[in-house]
Amino acid sequence: MLLIECPWCGQRAEIEFSCGGEAHIARPADPGSMSDEAWADYLFMRKNTRGLHREQWNHSSGCRRWFNVERDTVTYRINAVYRMGQNAPEASA
Amino acid sequence: MSTFRNNQGGLTDRSKPLRFRFNGREYSGFSGDTLASALLANGVHLVSRSIKLHRPRGIFGAGAEEPNAILQIGSGNAFDLPNQRATQVELYDGLVAKSVVGWPSPQFDVYGVLQWLKPFLPAGFYYKTFMWPASLWMRYEHFIRRMAGLGISPTEADPDIYDKRFAHCDVLVVGAGPAGLATALAAGRTGARVMLVDEDSRAGGSLLGAPAMIDGKPSEQWIATALAELGAMPHVRVLARATAFGYFDHDLVAVAERITDHLPPGSTNLPRQRLWRVRARRVVVATGAIERSLVFKDNDRPGVMLASAVGTYLNRYGVRCGRRAVVFTNNDSAYRTALDLHAAGIAVAAVIDSRTGPQGAGPDAVRAAGIPLLDSSVVSSTRGRKRLSGVSVMRVSGDAVQQGFETRIDCDLLAISGGWSPAIHLHSHAGGKARWDETTLCFVPGDALQQNVSAGAAAGNFDLAQSLAEGHAAGASTAAACGFGGSPGASPTAAAAAAGSAISPLWLVPSPAPADDARKFVDFQNDTTAADIALAVREGYHSIEHVKRYTALGFGTDQGKTGNINGMAILAKTLGQSIPETGTTTFRPAYTAAAFGALAGADTGALFDPVRVTPMHEWHLQAGALFEIVGQWHRAWYYPHAGEDMHAAVQRECRAVRNGVGLLDYSTLGKIDIRGPDAAEFLERVYTNGWKGLGVHRCRYGVMLGEDGMIFDDGVTTRLGDQHFLMTTTTGGAARVLSHLERWHQTEWPDLKVWMTTVSDQWSTAVIAGPKSRELLSRVCTDIDLAREAFPFMSCREGSVAGIRARVLRVSFTGELSFEIMVPASRGLALFQALEVAGKDLGITPYGTETMHVLRADKGFIIVGQDTDGSMTPQDMGMHWIVGKRCDFIGWRSLSREYSTDPQRKHFVGLLTDDPKAVIPEGAQLLAEPSTVIPAQMVGHVSSSYFSPSVERSIALALVKGGQQRIGEKVHAALADGRFIAATITKPLFYDPAGERQNV
Repeated sequence: MLLIECPWCGQRAEIEFSCGGEAHIARPADPGSMSDEAWADYLFMRKNTRGLHREQWNHSSGCRRWFNVERDTVTYRINAVYRMGQNAPEASA
Repeated sequence: MSTFRNNQGGLTDRSKPLRFRFNGREYSGFSGDTLASALLANGVHLVSRSIKLHRPRGIFGAGAEEPNAILQIGSGNAFDLPNQRATQVELYDGLVAKSVVGWPSPQFDVYGVLQWLKPFLPAGFYYKTFMWPASLWMRYEHFIRRMAGLGISPTEADPDIYDKRFAHCDVLVVGAGPAGLATALAAGRTGARVMLVDEDSRAGGSLLGAPAMIDGKPSEQWIATALAELGAMPHVRVLARATAFGYFDHDLVAVAERITDHLPPGSTNLPRQRLWRVRARRVVVATGAIERSLVFKDNDRPGVMLASAVGTYLNRYGVRCGRRAVVFTNNDSAYRTALDLHAAGIAVAAVIDSRTGPQGAGPDAVRAAGIPLLDSSVVSSTRGRKRLSGVSVMRVSGDAVQQGFETRIDCDLLAISGGWSPAIHLHSHAGGKARWDETTLCFVPGDALQQNVSAGAAAGNFDLAQSLAEGHAAGASTAAACGFGGSPGASPTAAAAAAGSAISPLWLVPSPAPADDARKFVDFQNDTTAADIALAVREGYHSIEHVKRYTALGFGTDQGKTGNINGMAILAKTLGQSIPETGTTTFRPAYTAAAFGALAGADTGALFDPVRVTPMHEWHLQAGALFEIVGQWHRAWYYPHAGEDMHAAVQRECRAVRNGVGLLDYSTLGKIDIRGPDAAEFLERVYTNGWKGLGVHRCRYGVMLGEDGMIFDDGVTTRLGDQHFLMTTTTGGAARVLSHLERWHQTEWPDLKVWMTTVSDQWSTAVIAGPKSRELLSRVCTDIDLAREAFPFMSCREGSVAGIRARVLRVSFTGELSFEIMVPASRGLALFQALEVAGKDLGITPYGTETMHVLRADKGFIIVGQDTDGSMTPQDMGMHWIVGKRCDFIGWRSLSREYSTDPQRKHFVGLLTDDPKAVIPEGAQLLAEPSTVIPAQMVGHVSSSYFSPSVERSIALALVKGGQQRIGEKVHAALADGRFIAATITKPLFYDPAGERQNV
């Protein structure tokens, strides 16, 4: 069970959180101009990263805030935690 | 005093005798005994039959490594525990145990004939023989399982209670042997928060079976002193009977503490076990090492035991495991056992050492004691039926025995040692690899991937003095790493061991005939032999992972703790490669089995999933309601009168609403309070229709889509103020919708000034529906003008109802004139009671969710999750009218995808059966023709279906491919019994199509 540092509440056990999947998928500004294929790509296609992966987490049984986590999908080590709107850490690995 | 119990010495309390039963016979032991030590003290070795060949098996080890003595504990009631290791079951008065393999008993096992069939029962026998024909496997399996005996689980609910908790510490020390105690002392002295856990009932680890001098005093005293010092530290917690069975991510260690397992069942009201989820900043793994078996012909007879176990039974329990012993080893450690037996007055007939000319303190002392020491020799086979009676010893040269030089030695105890395997399980759970050490011939921990270090024998350090120093250093360094700079004090000391001869490989003991390999057991629990491993290689299985699965090596409840390394080495040799090339297997939790009860803790029964009831729940109970479970909610389903079945009750409730007035508890609906200057803008993005133009105190129905364009939830939202809305959601969708809204707000639109909070539990809602509902409301509400024009449909008023401050919504889910009255939750029951009294002469009738469903189906109102399944767009549901012209709401772009606009998508339609009395089962598949040709060409399915008293006929709602273009066509619903019900596709609206009844 992961130990996740909520930017607002501090370290808490994974059971207090829910994972929202890949982070930094920008919602297209003008969906109407997009092809079906491009829209489907935004909707459905996700990276299956081996190594450092940035994902959204929600402290759903706590403060209910969404934030970003950079996590290694091999070791499960958490490399960084940062708030929505903050920049991702420099590519570190 | 029995023949096999010493009169003094050891750690059992001879003043507390305990009675117990094993396989129907009465025995006695002492407080401090395990079931195994007590059985051995009574001369009982044979405790089970092996699982496949039904060979007699005896107690082999003294702890978690035990492969044979797996017994059923209990007297045949709900407290029974299957698959318990007798070596770890603490004796209590009245304990009842029995064997699980062997019928009628392990002494007289009719299936024992199987052992003579071994040549016909090699690895893979069951796969090859009984898998064909496949249809009979189920029948074979029944008999094979009964023969095998896997323990009997009680069928009653577990009467014990369990507990579970989190704990946090700086340094978690696993194992309270010499290294672990030294670690805990050093870390504790610095002020670090320490937890020390050990699976045994007593601290001491290997010192309990092999006492030594530490800090100049006997180890028993040193242990007591160490525990006293730790006990005086308020920041240190010591847990006995606590097995750290798994090491998980981010240094979370699961510890199962057995609180009452050593007491008679039901004798206390304490929890039986407690699961500790320990989050440690540093973990020191001081779990010791497990002695390995030796693989020779008939090495599985009762009376063949691990040398360290023989020493433990003697020194800890005062139990003599036999009268005349032979010791067989490839390393120095077993010499201690030979000397301890000799000192206790047990005849040691010989020490058999496979090494040539072993030197050092052990061999010297054995020679000095006059014990025959046969070097360059092995035990090539054993004799005896249900108990060892003798061994054959042969000299070895290289990898072969020297023919013609066989010596037979009579003995009833053979103590064997094949070397030691560090218990690296937790290191491995934590992700660390193992490294093969050529000097000590064992896998030792490689680099740790989490914040764990190993110390003492668990790190491959088998010397007591060095283990103490290593433990102390680990305690000091881990505490320092946590920021504790205090002094760790002095390290405990012991005399350094004299140099001896190194262990020498002896993975497969040679014997004269190759056929002997079929009786050289590698894994006792699964009857895996050296010949089985060779067979697996011949049949093409070369990876250890495949060989394991083919031969079942290491797949027992003991997970091959004593045999796996031997098996791996035999495989390596067969393949002509090294052990590291063959690889180790990855250890996975649990180290020893954890009880499901402990994993569940108190989260069982009603606490497993909370039950939610409304403030009116008692009222429903008194009114005789039956309940429907919706998510966690228990909702009133229908209220049968005496003699009514569900159908009759629902028909009566429906008529009451259509003709008079009905009363519904609507409190379970999700309610989200939304405020802020951008609240209307936010709603326009999450709903498909417009909200900015909605007037204050007006209500509007909205449909929420996922970004994929599929209907996600629906409900009525009311504008309570310019910047204030009250959204309602489906009962089951409330939490999901709030999460959805919060996520979009926080991750995509943080610029919107809007705040939302759930108020589902803060408001109770009563719905009064039917032509007489206005009359009823007017009797209890005088401060709201209820006239049709003053309080129009789809609007909201605030006032008082029955003296309670209320929001009243004029909305309708039945098609009738209807009011939703929302009051603070604490007044919900009072509101219901007041409405019941005021409506008595109007025939007010409580109705439940079933009637609500029928009434809304009359009108074709959808239920999200019943008529939709996450793959339906608003257009599919015929709700084009709700999709606005805007193009910025969630899901908008998906509605124009080629996939979403396919005219052959399933559409929401009505069905009228040809036979007006025939009600189609919900979920029925629809066919164009009544055909049984396979595959059937299905054109849709029925989502809702009822007999409607409103139209006095069967009605159904369905999803039919291209349905909106097929109005008037015929479909046929296929029933499970092969019949068909013919029906005509209609619009999904059966009653009051003009909607006049709600506008009165």
